[in-house]
Amino acid sequence: MLEQKGAEDFGDGSTADGVSQPTEFGFDAQSEAEIAEHIKKYPPGKQASAVLPLLYIVQGQMRRQTGSAWVPRVAMDAVAARLGMAPIRVYEVATFYLMFNTSPIGRHHLQICRTTPCWLRGSDAIEAACREVTGITGWHETSADGLFTLSEVECLGACVNAPVLQIDDDMYEDLDHDSTVRLLEAFRRGEKPKPGSVTGRLTSAPEGGPTTLTTLQNQGPPPEPAPPLPAE
Amino acid sequence: MLDDRDRIFTNLYGQYDWGLKGALARGDWDGTAGIIARGREAIIEEMKASGLRGRGGAGFPTGMKWSFMPKVSDGRPAYLVVNADESEPGTCKDRDILRHDPHKLIEGCLLASFAMGAHVSYIYIRGEFYNEACNLQAAIDQAYEAGLIGPNAAGSGWDFELYLHRGAGAYICGEETALLESLEGKKGMPRLKPPFPAAVGLYGCPSTVNNVESIAVAPTILRRGAAWFSALGRPKNTGTKLFCISGHVNKPCNVEEELGIPLRELIDTYAGGVRGGWDNLLAVIPGGSSVPLLPKSICDTVLMDFDSLRDVKSGLGTAAVIVMDKSTDVISAIARLAHFYKHESCGQCTPCREGTGWMMRVMNRMVQGRAESAEIDLLEQVTRQIEGHTICALGDAAAWPIQGLIRHFRPVIEERIAAYVASGATGRLAPTPVNLPRAAE
Repeated sequence: MLEQKGAEDFGDGSTADGVSQPTEFGFDAQSEAEIAEHIKKYPPGKQASAVLPLLYIVQGQMRRQTGSAWVPRVAMDAVAARLGMAPIRVYEVATFYLMFNTSPIGRHHLQICRTTPCWLRGSDAIEAACREVTGITGWHETSADGLFTLSEVECLGACVNAPVLQIDDDMYEDLDHDSTVRLLEAFRRGEKPKPGSVTGRLTSAPEGGPTTLTTLQNQGPPPEPAPPLPAE
Repeated sequence: MLDDRDRIFTNLYGQYDWGLKGALARGDWDGTAGIIARGREAIIEEMKASGLRGRGGAGFPTGMKWSFMPKVSDGRPAYLVVNADESEPGTCKDRDILRHDPHKLIEGCLLASFAMGAHVSYIYIRGEFYNEACNLQAAIDQAYEAGLIGPNAAGSGWDFELYLHRGAGAYICGEETALLESLEGKKGMPRLKPPFPAAVGLYGCPSTVNNVESIAVAPTILRRGAAWFSALGRPKNTGTKLFCISGHVNKPCNVEEELGIPLRELIDTYAGGVRGGWDNLLAVIPGGSSVPLLPKSICDTVLMDFDSLRDVKSGLGTAAVIVMDKSTDVISAIARLAHFYKHESCGQCTPCREGTGWMMRVMNRMVQGRAESAEIDLLEQVTRQIEGHTICALGDAAAWPIQGLIRHFRPVIEERIAAYVASGATGRLAPTPVNLPRAAE
């Protein structure tokens, strides 16, 4: 948490951690529309509250424009200017919160949970499978083909479906070694398998189907997927 | 077994529509204006009478918390902030509310905000819950469109705005004042209390921070009555609760049950029992990673509620039951939690910033057995130096799992050390005075 990332300017566009930084950043039309949506959530004069949403918007725009979801330093400056914050306040936030990548990542971000509930259910095998398929040996490294970045994350909050792997925004649950390999190979082919349990289990219900809530009538129509967040 | 008719979250598993149509079929938004017409005091009294204790971990009475908000505004607005930053290892109950029953939460936000004199509420959801946020945002949009929130919400005469705010991957933001800092656009570093949020909270205004489950059960309590809710569970530990059963059970799952259900019954009835049978049980962490683990001997009989678990020096926490069978290396299991707390410490208070790393490094050596027996006491001592000496409870939460391990599994640690010595492995620390805290490497 206390790591200092990209704070020092070496004058050649790169920073102390060797990240090659773009020299300019401007919000595109889509980002501008999203920014307007977010800023109006907060009272007048409190627009600094929108710093997390704006950093997400930056990351989303970088994904659209470059295929890599990350936050360059010049974009942090743009966020600071937009919200009337000192740049250092935005740097602090961008480096404090784990979900902002301060260096470029691959097309897909593999985020393995290895906290105790997932570890008890075999997250070591998921890690091994990710390494086999991607060839990545360390953490927060990107595969040679630029397709995958592998990170370790702490508890993702899906513990009854452990072990869990989050790929970009989606959770894949109830994994084992082989299903993880199949999952990543699908991503490599450009497919996007349906998120959730890979064993076909119903969300957080016990395997085999619910044993409670079975006696109720008229609980509503079947579910339909929600639209993506309008502003991100 | 709790009757399905007494379960609040009837779409827990998401078989049915999470949207407004499904919510109306399940009885949400029924007579909301009528509840508001009862008035602020009546709602708070009903919540107090229900005995509901906060579902986020600390178990503070919800109605009482609401009553701390100023009755007459001094000109500053009041805020309800909902803590949907569910990140406590083992816990995944709020996720099901957010994605499968979001209207219960939205209706609860309206009722709780009215009871606290708040016209604006924010839901702070953890960043990793992207798809859950999509469902919740869509549900909020539906509620606005149907006039259930917004000006004259649900025809009650109360104006109410509700906004969703996504966090970005910091466990500490589940601490209420760190959450407020984060919502204000800063690093999530906890604030000193007092002043408490009810006096000086979000943007310096009176605020109350409640867990998702606490708010989402409120509409049902107010509709069915405090007497119904308080008849469930045990005295001072009333009502139903979402339990998350993970780890070495045959069928991990979430389930809603009465507080006070025996731990063994919970595991056997709903989670298909411990892998390899009850006798294969080693230990259970009964309330999320922050509470001390319990050995099988206590698990045999303990009841799952706030007071029963406190009596055995553990806690209900978030009711996240993490089960470990006899194949588990229990030292590794706790060392992994030490890693978690080290990673998630915000770095503000020295005992926590330095202590969590120190404890993790010692725990990692204990996993190998590469330690002196006397260091077990030293480690225990250090946990006491961290506990209670930090601004927020993360220091305590980092200390307790290790204290639990030493309390119940000291012989296992000693055996590990003896085995390491017997193996003649090199790299053992030279005997040095152990009164010096020594993290090594």
